[in-house]
Amino acid sequence: MSIIKVENLTKKFKDFTAVDDISFSVEKGEIFAFLGPNGAGKSTTIKMLTTLLSPTSGSLILDEHNVEKEPNGVRHSFGIVFQDPSLDDELTAYENMEIHAVLYGVAKKVRRERIKQLLEFVELWDRRDNLVKEFSGGMKRRLEIARGLLHHPKVLFLDEPTLGLDPQTRNHMWEYLSKLNKEEGITVFFTTHYIEEAERIADRIAIIDHGTIVASGTASQLKTQTETDSLEEAFLKLTGKTIRQEEVSTVDAMRMRHRAWSRK
Amino acid sequence: MNIIYILWLRQLKRYLRSKSRVFGSLAQPLFFLLALGFGFGPVFSKAGQGNYIEFLVPGIISMTIIFTSIFSGMEIIWDKQFGFLKETLVAPVSRFNIMIGRTLGGATIATMQGTLVLFLSLIAGFRPVSWGLVPIAILVMFLSSLLFTALGTAIASKLDDMQGFQMIMNFLVMPLFFLSGAIFPLDRTTILGAIASFDPLSYTVDALRHLLTNVHFFTLARDLSILSILTVVFLLVGSYFFSKVQI
Repeated sequence: MSIIKVENLTKKFKDFTAVDDISFSVEKGEIFAFLGPNGAGKSTTIKMLTTLLSPTSGSLILDEHNVEKEPNGVRHSFGIVFQDPSLDDELTAYENMEIHAVLYGVAKKVRRERIKQLLEFVELWDRRDNLVKEFSGGMKRRLEIARGLLHHPKVLFLDEPTLGLDPQTRNHMWEYLSKLNKEEGITVFFTTHYIEEAERIADRIAIIDHGTIVASGTASQLKTQTETDSLEEAFLKLTGKTIRQEEVSTVDAMRMRHRAWSRK
Repeated sequence: MNIIYILWLRQLKRYLRSKSRVFGSLAQPLFFLLALGFGFGPVFSKAGQGNYIEFLVPGIISMTIIFTSIFSGMEIIWDKQFGFLKETLVAPVSRFNIMIGRTLGGATIATMQGTLVLFLSLIAGFRPVSWGLVPIAILVMFLSSLLFTALGTAIASKLDDMQGFQMIMNFLVMPLFFLSGAIFPLDRTTILGAIASFDPLSYTVDALRHLLTNVHFFTLARDLSILSILTVVFLLVGSYFFSKVQI
Protein backbone atom coordinates (compact mmCIF):
# COMPACT_ATOMS: atom_id res chain seq x y z
CA MET A 1 0.00 0.00 0.00
CA SER A 2 1.43 3.38 -0.85
CA ILE A 3 1.57 5.99 1.86
CA ILE A 4 2.72 8.78 -0.45
CA LYS A 5 1.27 9.21 -3.88
CA VAL A 6 2.36 12.08 -6.08
CA GLU A 7 0.82 12.65 -9.48
CA ASN A 8 1.84 15.14 -12.16
CA LEU A 9 3.28 17.51 -9.61
CA THR A 10 4.56 20.84 -10.96
CA LYS A 11 5.91 23.90 -9.18
CA LYS A 12 6.74 27.09 -11.01
CA PHE A 13 8.37 30.17 -9.53
CA LYS A 14 7.60 32.96 -11.99
CA ASP A 15 9.22 31.67 -15.19
CA PHE A 16 11.40 29.05 -13.52
CA THR A 17 10.06 25.51 -13.25
CA ALA A 18 11.53 23.93 -10.12
CA VAL A 19 9.52 20.70 -10.31
CA ASP A 20 8.25 19.60 -13.68
CA ASP A 21 5.38 17.12 -13.85
CA ILE A 22 6.70 14.38 -11.59
CA SER A 23 4.82 11.29 -10.39
CA PHE A 24 5.97 8.70 -7.88
CA SER A 25 4.76 6.73 -4.92
CA VAL A 26 6.30 5.48 -1.70
CA GLU A 27 5.18 2.26 -0.02
CA LYS A 28 4.35 2.02 3.63
CA GLY A 29 7.39 1.04 5.72
CA GLU A 30 9.82 1.76 2.93
CA ILE A 31 13.02 3.82 3.03
CA PHE A 32 12.88 5.98 -0.02
CA ALA A 33 15.63 8.28 -1.27
CA PHE A 34 15.47 11.27 -3.54
CA LEU A 35 18.88 11.56 -5.12
CA GLY A 36 19.87 14.52 -7.22
CA PRO A 37 22.38 17.29 -7.81
CA ASN A 38 22.01 20.77 -6.31
CA GLY A 39 18.94 22.64 -7.42
CA ALA A 40 17.27 19.53 -8.84
CA GLY A 41 13.96 20.15 -7.06
CA LYS A 42 14.39 17.82 -4.08
CA SER A 43 13.69 20.36 -1.37
CA THR A 44 10.87 21.97 -3.31
CA THR A 45 9.14 18.59 -3.55
CA ILE A 46 9.55 18.01 0.19
CA LYS A 47 8.20 21.47 0.93
CA MET A 48 5.12 20.71 -1.13
CA LEU A 49 4.62 17.34 0.58
CA THR A 50 4.90 18.99 3.98
CA THR A 51 2.39 21.80 3.26
CA LEU A 52 4.98 24.59 3.25
CA LEU A 53 4.53 25.36 -0.43
CA SER A 54 1.46 24.95 -2.55
CA PRO A 55 1.98 23.26 -5.91
CA THR A 56 1.24 24.98 -9.19
CA SER A 57 -0.54 21.83 -10.36
CA GLY A 58 -0.79 18.12 -9.66
CA SER A 59 -1.98 16.08 -6.72
CA LEU A 60 -0.32 14.97 -3.50
CA ILE A 61 -1.71 12.24 -1.26
CA LEU A 62 -0.07 11.46 2.07
CA ASP A 63 -1.49 8.85 4.42
CA GLU A 64 -4.81 9.00 2.57
CA HIS A 65 -5.10 12.75 3.02
CA ASN A 66 -5.06 15.24 0.21
CA VAL A 67 -2.16 17.50 1.15
CA GLU A 68 -3.68 20.65 -0.28
CA LYS A 69 -7.23 20.14 0.94
CA GLU A 70 -6.59 18.72 4.39
CA PRO A 71 -3.28 20.21 5.49
CA ASN A 72 -3.96 19.59 9.18
CA GLY A 73 -4.73 15.92 8.67
CA VAL A 74 -1.47 15.54 6.80
CA ARG A 75 0.50 17.51 9.38
CA HIS A 76 -0.34 14.95 12.07
CA SER A 77 0.98 12.14 9.86
CA PHE A 78 4.49 13.32 9.17
CA GLY A 79 7.57 14.50 10.99
CA ILE A 80 10.27 16.47 9.27
CA VAL A 81 13.93 17.21 9.71
CA PHE A 82 14.71 20.23 7.60
CA GLN A 83 17.84 20.82 5.60
CA ASP A 84 18.77 23.74 7.79
CA PRO A 85 18.16 23.86 11.52
CA SER A 86 14.70 24.84 12.66
CA LEU A 87 15.31 24.81 16.40
CA ASP A 88 15.01 27.78 18.67
CA ASP A 89 18.60 28.51 19.66
CA GLU A 90 17.66 30.56 22.68
CA LEU A 91 15.71 27.71 24.27
CA THR A 92 16.95 24.50 25.84
CA ALA A 93 16.71 21.10 24.19
CA TYR A 94 13.89 20.16 26.53
CA GLU A 95 11.95 23.35 25.81
CA ASN A 96 12.23 22.79 22.09
CA MET A 97 10.77 19.32 22.56
CA GLU A 98 8.05 20.68 24.80
CA ILE A 99 6.90 23.30 22.30
CA HIS A 100 6.70 20.62 19.64
CA ALA A 101 4.63 18.38 21.92
CA VAL A 102 2.18 21.19 22.60
CA LEU A 103 1.95 22.15 18.93
CA TYR A 104 1.08 18.54 18.05
CA GLY A 105 -1.31 18.10 20.95
CA VAL A 106 0.65 15.33 22.68
CA ALA A 107 -1.16 14.77 25.98
CA LYS A 108 0.56 16.12 29.04
CA LYS A 109 0.87 12.71 30.70
CA VAL A 110 2.68 11.07 27.79
CA ARG A 111 4.66 14.17 26.98
CA ARG A 112 7.27 13.98 29.70
CA GLU A 113 7.84 10.29 29.33
CA ARG A 114 8.14 10.42 25.58
CA ILE A 115 10.50 13.39 25.58
CA LYS A 116 12.74 11.56 28.03
CA GLN A 117 12.68 8.40 25.99
CA LEU A 118 13.53 10.21 22.75
CA LEU A 119 16.23 12.40 24.24
CA GLU A 120 17.83 9.30 25.70
CA PHE A 121 17.53 7.65 22.31
CA VAL A 122 19.56 10.42 20.65
CA GLU A 123 21.84 10.62 23.70
CA LEU A 124 20.96 14.15 24.64
CA TRP A 125 19.11 13.55 27.90
CA ASP A 126 22.08 14.76 29.95
CA ARG A 127 22.15 17.96 27.94
CA ARG A 128 18.41 18.61 28.09
CA ASP A 129 18.75 21.86 30.03
CA ASN A 130 21.46 23.33 27.85
CA LEU A 131 20.60 26.06 25.39
CA VAL A 132 20.55 24.78 21.83
CA LYS A 133 22.98 27.50 20.73
CA GLU A 134 25.67 25.69 22.73
CA PHE A 135 25.15 22.50 20.69
CA SER A 136 27.33 21.26 17.83
CA GLY A 137 25.85 20.67 14.38
CA GLY A 138 25.55 16.94 15.01
CA MET A 139 23.79 17.42 18.32
CA LYS A 140 21.32 19.82 16.76
CA ARG A 141 20.57 17.31 14.04
CA ARG A 142 19.99 14.58 16.59
CA LEU A 143 17.70 16.83 18.55
CA GLU A 144 15.74 17.60 15.41
CA ILE A 145 15.32 13.92 14.66
CA ALA A 146 14.10 13.30 18.20
CA ARG A 147 11.70 16.20 17.85
CA GLY A 148 10.44 14.98 14.49
CA LEU A 149 9.53 11.64 16.09
CA LEU A 150 7.82 13.08 19.15
CA HIS A 151 4.28 12.91 17.82
CA HIS A 152 4.74 9.37 16.42
CA PRO A 153 4.53 10.26 12.73
CA LYS A 154 3.88 7.65 10.08
CA VAL A 155 6.31 9.23 7.66
CA LEU A 156 9.56 10.91 8.55
CA PHE A 157 10.94 13.34 5.99
CA LEU A 158 14.61 14.18 6.12
CA ASP A 159 15.89 16.86 3.79
CA GLU A 160 19.65 16.36 3.35
CA PRO A 161 19.92 15.15 6.94
CA THR A 162 23.62 14.39 6.88
CA LEU A 163 24.86 17.59 5.29
CA GLY A 164 27.88 18.81 7.23
CA LEU A 165 27.95 15.91 9.69
CA ASP A 166 31.07 13.89 10.40
CA PRO A 167 31.08 10.19 9.42
CA GLN A 168 30.61 9.04 13.03
CA THR A 169 27.48 11.07 13.57
CA ARG A 170 26.20 10.18 10.13
CA ASN A 171 26.67 6.52 10.78
CA HIS A 172 25.06 6.72 14.17
CA MET A 173 22.10 8.59 12.78
CA TRP A 174 21.40 6.11 10.01
CA GLU A 175 21.76 3.27 12.44
CA TYR A 176 18.90 4.43 14.55
CA LEU A 177 16.80 5.53 11.64
CA SER A 178 17.08 2.02 10.23
CA LYS A 179 16.23 0.62 13.61
CA LEU A 180 13.22 2.86 13.84
CA ASN A 181 12.13 1.87 10.39
CA LYS A 182 12.35 -1.83 11.21
CA GLU A 183 10.91 -1.76 14.69
CA GLU A 184 8.22 0.87 14.36
CA GLY A 185 7.51 0.55 10.67
CA ILE A 186 8.00 4.27 10.08
CA THR A 187 8.32 5.21 6.44
CA VAL A 188 11.48 7.21 5.84
CA PHE A 189 11.73 9.64 2.93
CA PHE A 190 15.04 11.41 2.56
CA THR A 191 16.88 13.52 0.04
CA THR A 192 20.60 13.46 -0.41
CA HIS A 193 23.33 14.03 -2.89
CA TYR A 194 25.61 11.47 -1.28
CA ILE A 195 25.35 8.51 -3.60
CA GLU A 196 26.74 5.87 -1.24
CA GLU A 197 24.26 6.95 1.38
CA ALA A 198 21.29 6.40 -0.90
CA GLU A 199 22.73 3.07 -2.03
CA ARG A 200 23.41 1.79 1.48
CA ILE A 201 20.25 2.95 3.23
CA ALA A 202 17.39 3.21 0.77
CA ASP A 203 15.12 0.43 -0.40
CA ARG A 204 14.24 2.44 -3.45
CA ILE A 205 15.82 5.50 -5.07
CA ALA A 206 14.44 8.11 -7.41
CA ILE A 207 17.00 10.16 -9.29
CA ILE A 208 15.78 13.66 -9.89
CA ASP A 209 17.35 16.29 -12.10
CA HIS A 210 16.15 19.63 -13.50
CA GLY A 211 12.82 19.06 -11.80
CA THR A 212 12.05 15.70 -13.39
CA ILE A 213 12.55 12.13 -12.24
CA VAL A 214 15.01 10.61 -14.66
CA ALA A 215 15.01 7.10 -13.20
CA SER A 216 13.76 5.17 -10.20
CA GLY A 217 14.07 1.73 -8.65
CA THR A 218 16.42 -0.19 -6.38
CA ALA A 219 20.13 0.54 -6.61
CA SER A 220 20.74 -2.64 -8.60
CA GLN A 221 17.86 -1.90 -10.96
CA LEU A 222 19.35 1.51 -11.64
CA LYS A 223 22.72 -0.04 -12.36
CA THR A 224 21.25 -2.62 -14.73
CA GLN A 225 19.14 -0.01 -16.43
CA THR A 226 22.14 2.20 -17.18
CA GLU A 227 24.55 -0.73 -17.74
CA THR A 228 26.99 0.59 -15.19
CA ASP A 229 28.89 -1.04 -12.31
CA SER A 230 28.32 1.49 -9.61
CA LEU A 231 25.50 3.77 -8.62
CA GLU A 232 27.82 6.74 -8.99
CA GLU A 233 28.40 5.93 -12.64
CA ALA A 234 24.69 5.38 -13.12
CA PHE A 235 24.01 8.73 -11.51
CA LEU A 236 26.51 10.58 -13.68
CA LYS A 237 25.27 8.84 -16.78
CA LEU A 238 21.73 9.93 -15.99
CA THR A 239 22.40 13.47 -14.86
CA GLY A 240 25.46 14.45 -16.90
CA LYS A 241 28.74 15.87 -15.70
CA THR A 242 28.12 19.59 -15.74
CA ILE A 243 28.45 21.33 -12.40
CA ARG A 244 25.21 22.87 -11.19
CA GLN A 245 24.89 26.47 -10.27
CA GLU A 246 22.83 27.14 -7.24
CA GLU A 247 21.82 30.67 -6.49
CA VAL A 248 22.61 31.97 -3.05
CA SER A 249 19.26 32.69 -1.51
CA THR A 250 18.67 35.56 0.86
CA VAL A 251 18.44 32.98 3.63
CA ASP A 252 21.95 31.71 3.01
CA ALA A 253 23.30 35.21 2.76
CA MET A 254 21.68 36.08 6.09
CA ARG A 255 23.03 33.01 7.73
CA MET A 256 26.54 33.84 6.59
CA ARG A 257 26.24 37.31 8.02
CA HIS A 258 24.87 35.91 11.23
CA ARG A 259 27.83 33.58 11.53
CA ALA A 260 30.25 36.39 10.91
CA TRP A 261 28.70 38.39 13.73
CA SER A 262 28.10 35.73 16.31
CA ARG A 263 30.82 34.93 18.78
CA LYS A 264 31.39 31.29 17.98
CA MET B 1 -5.25 27.90 24.06
CA ASN B 2 -2.21 25.80 24.94
CA ILE B 3 -0.65 26.75 21.65
CA ILE B 4 -1.12 30.46 22.21
CA TYR B 5 0.29 30.09 25.70
CA ILE B 6 3.41 28.14 24.72
CA LEU B 7 4.25 30.58 21.93
CA TRP B 8 3.68 33.51 24.27
CA LEU B 9 5.94 31.85 26.82
CA ARG B 10 8.60 31.30 24.19
CA GLN B 11 8.73 35.02 23.33
CA LEU B 12 9.00 35.88 26.99
CA LYS B 13 11.76 33.38 27.72
CA ARG B 14 13.77 34.60 24.76
CA TYR B 15 13.41 38.16 25.97
CA LEU B 16 14.21 37.54 29.62
CA ARG B 17 17.26 35.44 28.76
CA SER B 18 18.76 38.15 26.65
CA LYS B 19 19.96 40.58 29.29
CA SER B 20 21.56 42.77 26.66
CA ARG B 21 18.18 43.18 25.01
CA VAL B 22 16.46 44.15 28.24
CA PHE B 23 19.05 46.75 29.18
CA GLY B 24 19.92 47.80 25.64
CA SER B 25 16.37 48.73 24.84
CA LEU B 26 16.07 50.72 28.05
CA ALA B 27 19.14 52.81 27.29
CA GLN B 28 17.64 54.62 24.32
CA PRO B 29 14.50 55.93 26.10
CA LEU B 30 16.65 56.93 29.06
CA PHE B 31 18.99 58.97 26.91
CA PHE B 32 16.06 60.64 25.21
CA LEU B 33 14.46 61.40 28.53
CA LEU B 34 17.60 62.82 30.11
CA ALA B 35 19.00 64.69 27.10
CA LEU B 36 15.75 66.16 25.87
CA GLY B 37 14.24 66.53 29.31
CA PHE B 38 17.06 68.44 30.89
CA GLY B 39 18.15 70.09 27.62
CA PHE B 40 14.82 71.57 26.58
CA GLY B 41 13.37 71.87 30.09
CA PRO B 42 14.36 75.53 30.64
CA VAL B 43 13.13 76.60 27.16
CA PHE B 44 9.87 74.77 27.70
CA SER B 45 9.14 76.44 31.01
CA LYS B 46 10.21 79.85 29.69
CA ALA B 47 7.60 79.43 26.97
CA GLY B 48 5.07 79.03 29.75
CA GLN B 49 4.39 75.34 29.11
CA GLY B 50 5.35 74.07 32.56
CA ASN B 51 7.52 71.11 33.45
CA TYR B 52 9.01 69.44 30.37
CA ILE B 53 9.99 66.17 32.07
CA GLU B 54 6.38 65.74 33.08
CA PHE B 55 5.32 66.41 29.50
CA LEU B 56 7.99 64.17 28.02
CA VAL B 57 7.60 60.98 30.09
CA PRO B 58 4.37 59.74 28.42
CA GLY B 59 5.99 60.44 25.04
CA ILE B 60 9.10 58.46 25.90
CA ILE B 61 7.00 55.56 27.20
CA SER B 62 5.13 55.62 23.87
CA MET B 63 8.42 55.62 22.02
CA THR B 64 9.60 52.58 23.98
CA ILE B 65 6.35 50.83 23.15
CA ILE B 66 6.37 51.48 19.43
CA PHE B 67 10.06 50.53 19.04
CA THR B 68 9.82 47.35 21.09
CA SER B 69 6.52 46.28 19.56
CA ILE B 70 7.48 46.76 15.94
CA PHE B 71 10.76 45.03 16.62
CA SER B 72 9.02 42.08 18.30
CA GLY B 73 6.59 41.78 15.42
CA MET B 74 9.46 41.78 13.00
CA GLU B 75 11.22 38.98 14.85
CA ILE B 76 9.30 36.75 12.45
CA ILE B 77 11.96 37.62 9.90
CA TRP B 78 14.61 36.10 12.16
CA ASP B 79 12.50 33.02 12.67
CA LYS B 80 12.11 32.78 8.94
CA GLN B 81 15.86 33.02 8.45
CA PHE B 82 16.88 30.73 11.25
CA GLY B 83 14.23 28.15 10.64
CA PHE B 84 12.04 28.08 13.71
CA LEU B 85 9.11 29.49 11.78
CA LYS B 86 9.05 26.35 9.62
CA GLU B 87 8.67 24.23 12.72
CA THR B 88 5.50 26.11 13.65
CA LEU B 89 4.18 26.24 10.10
CA VAL B 90 4.26 22.46 9.52
CA ALA B 91 2.50 21.82 12.84
CA PRO B 92 -1.19 20.94 12.79
CA VAL B 93 -2.34 24.25 14.26
CA SER B 94 -4.02 27.24 12.70
CA ARG B 95 -1.83 30.08 11.58
CA PHE B 96 -4.17 32.46 13.36
CA ASN B 97 -3.30 30.90 16.72
CA ILE B 98 0.39 31.06 15.94
CA MET B 99 0.11 34.71 15.05
CA ILE B 100 -1.95 35.51 18.17
CA GLY B 101 0.50 33.71 20.47
CA ARG B 102 3.47 35.56 19.04
CA THR B 103 1.71 38.90 19.05
CA LEU B 104 0.60 38.54 22.67
CA GLY B 105 4.18 37.63 23.57
CA GLY B 106 5.61 40.66 21.78
CA ALA B 107 2.96 42.94 23.28
CA THR B 108 3.68 41.66 26.79
CA ILE B 109 7.36 42.41 26.35
CA ALA B 110 6.66 45.92 25.05
CA THR B 111 4.31 46.59 27.96
CA MET B 112 6.98 45.44 30.39
CA GLN B 113 9.50 47.78 28.80
CA GLY B 114 7.05 50.67 28.89
CA THR B 115 6.29 50.04 32.56
CA LEU B 116 10.01 49.87 33.34
CA VAL B 117 10.56 53.23 31.65
CA LEU B 118 7.69 54.67 33.69
CA PHE B 119 9.37 53.54 36.91
CA LEU B 120 12.79 54.71 35.77
CA SER B 121 11.35 58.13 35.06
CA LEU B 122 10.58 58.44 38.77
CA ILE B 123 14.32 58.83 39.25
CA ALA B 124 14.28 61.81 36.89
CA GLY B 125 11.68 63.40 39.10
CA PHE B 126 8.48 62.33 37.38
CA ARG B 127 5.37 61.77 39.53
CA PRO B 128 2.10 60.47 38.07
CA VAL B 129 -0.88 62.62 38.92
CA SER B 130 -2.62 59.67 40.57
CA TRP B 131 -1.20 56.22 41.34
CA GLY B 132 -4.68 54.78 40.98
CA LEU B 133 -4.62 55.57 37.26
CA VAL B 134 -1.26 53.87 36.66
CA PRO B 135 -2.81 50.38 36.13
CA ILE B 136 -5.12 51.89 33.52
CA ALA B 137 -2.12 53.55 31.87
CA ILE B 138 -0.48 50.11 31.76
CA LEU B 139 -3.57 48.73 30.05
CA VAL B 140 -3.31 51.49 27.45
CA MET B 141 0.33 50.49 26.96
CA PHE B 142 -0.75 46.90 26.38
CA LEU B 143 -3.42 47.90 23.87
CA SER B 144 -0.94 50.03 21.94
CA SER B 145 1.67 47.28 22.12
CA LEU B 146 -0.79 44.85 20.56
CA LEU B 147 -1.49 47.34 17.81
CA PHE B 148 2.14 47.90 16.88
CA THR B 149 3.22 44.27 17.30
CA ALA B 150 0.45 43.28 14.90
CA LEU B 151 1.63 45.98 12.51
CA GLY B 152 5.20 44.66 12.78
CA THR B 153 3.95 41.13 12.09
CA ALA B 154 2.03 42.30 9.04
CA ILE B 155 5.10 44.03 7.62
CA ALA B 156 7.48 41.19 8.49
CA SER B 157 5.24 38.64 6.78
CA LYS B 158 5.91 40.50 3.56
CA LEU B 159 9.68 40.85 3.98
CA ASP B 160 12.32 38.20 3.39
CA ASP B 161 15.35 39.58 5.14
CA MET B 162 16.51 42.13 7.63
CA GLN B 163 17.57 44.57 4.90
CA GLY B 164 14.07 45.97 4.88
CA PHE B 165 14.13 46.45 8.62
CA GLN B 166 16.23 49.62 8.57
CA MET B 167 13.93 51.09 5.98
CA ILE B 168 10.87 50.39 8.11
CA MET B 169 12.59 51.97 11.08
CA ASN B 170 13.50 55.12 9.15
CA PHE B 171 10.42 55.57 7.01
CA LEU B 172 7.71 54.28 9.32
CA VAL B 173 8.66 54.14 12.97
CA MET B 174 10.65 57.37 13.17
CA PRO B 175 7.97 59.49 11.43
CA LEU B 176 5.26 57.92 13.57
CA PHE B 177 7.28 58.83 16.63
CA PHE B 178 8.19 62.39 15.65
CA LEU B 179 4.72 63.29 14.37
CA SER B 180 2.90 61.96 17.41
CA GLY B 181 3.38 64.85 19.78
CA ALA B 182 5.55 62.66 21.95
CA ILE B 183 8.23 65.31 22.34
CA PHE B 184 6.43 68.56 21.58
CA PRO B 185 2.91 69.86 22.23
CA LEU B 186 0.46 69.51 19.35
CA ASP B 187 -1.27 72.58 17.99
CA ARG B 188 -4.53 72.41 16.03
CA THR B 189 -3.67 75.48 13.97
CA THR B 190 -0.56 73.93 12.39
CA ILE B 191 -0.21 71.31 9.67
CA LEU B 192 1.72 69.15 12.11
CA GLY B 193 -1.26 69.08 14.44
CA ALA B 194 -3.50 67.99 11.60
CA ILE B 195 -1.10 65.24 10.52
CA ALA B 196 -0.82 63.99 14.09
CA SER B 197 -4.46 63.00 14.13
CA PHE B 198 -3.65 60.39 11.46
CA ASP B 199 -0.83 58.90 13.50
CA PRO B 200 -1.94 56.03 15.77
CA LEU B 201 0.89 56.75 18.17
CA SER B 202 -0.60 60.21 18.85
CA TYR B 203 -3.48 58.48 20.59
CA THR B 204 -1.17 56.37 22.73
CA VAL B 205 0.76 59.48 23.74
CA ASP B 206 -2.42 61.41 24.40
CA ALA B 207 -4.08 58.68 26.47
CA LEU B 208 -0.96 58.18 28.57
CA ARG B 209 -0.50 61.91 29.05
CA HIS B 210 -4.10 62.13 30.10
CA LEU B 211 -3.83 59.30 32.61
CA LEU B 212 -0.42 60.17 34.00
CA THR B 213 -0.37 63.97 33.95
CA ASN B 214 -3.98 64.98 33.33
CA VAL B 215 -3.07 66.94 30.20
CA HIS B 216 -4.67 66.03 26.90
CA PHE B 217 -5.18 67.07 23.31
CA PHE B 218 -7.94 64.67 22.22
CA THR B 219 -10.43 63.04 24.58
CA LEU B 220 -9.67 59.78 26.36
CA ALA B 221 -12.76 58.18 24.81
CA ARG B 222 -11.54 59.08 21.33
CA ASP B 223 -8.01 57.81 22.11
CA LEU B 224 -9.25 54.48 23.38
CA SER B 225 -11.78 53.85 20.64
CA ILE B 226 -9.32 54.68 17.87
CA LEU B 227 -6.62 52.51 19.46
CA SER B 228 -9.06 49.61 19.88
CA ILE B 229 -10.37 49.78 16.34
CA LEU B 230 -6.87 49.99 14.89
CA THR B 231 -5.72 47.07 17.03
CA VAL B 232 -8.49 44.87 15.65
CA VAL B 233 -7.75 46.02 12.10
CA PHE B 234 -4.00 45.36 12.37
CA LEU B 235 -4.57 41.99 14.04
CA LEU B 236 -6.78 40.98 11.13
CA VAL B 237 -4.40 42.33 8.50
CA GLY B 238 -1.41 40.79 10.29
CA SER B 239 -2.99 37.36 10.56
CA TYR B 240 -4.10 37.52 6.94
CA PHE B 241 -0.58 38.29 5.72
CA PHE B 242 0.87 35.75 8.11
CA SER B 243 -1.49 33.05 6.83
CA LYS B 244 -0.08 33.66 3.34
CA VAL B 245 3.57 33.24 4.31
CA GLN B 246 5.32 30.65 2.19
CA ILE B 247 8.87 29.57 2.79
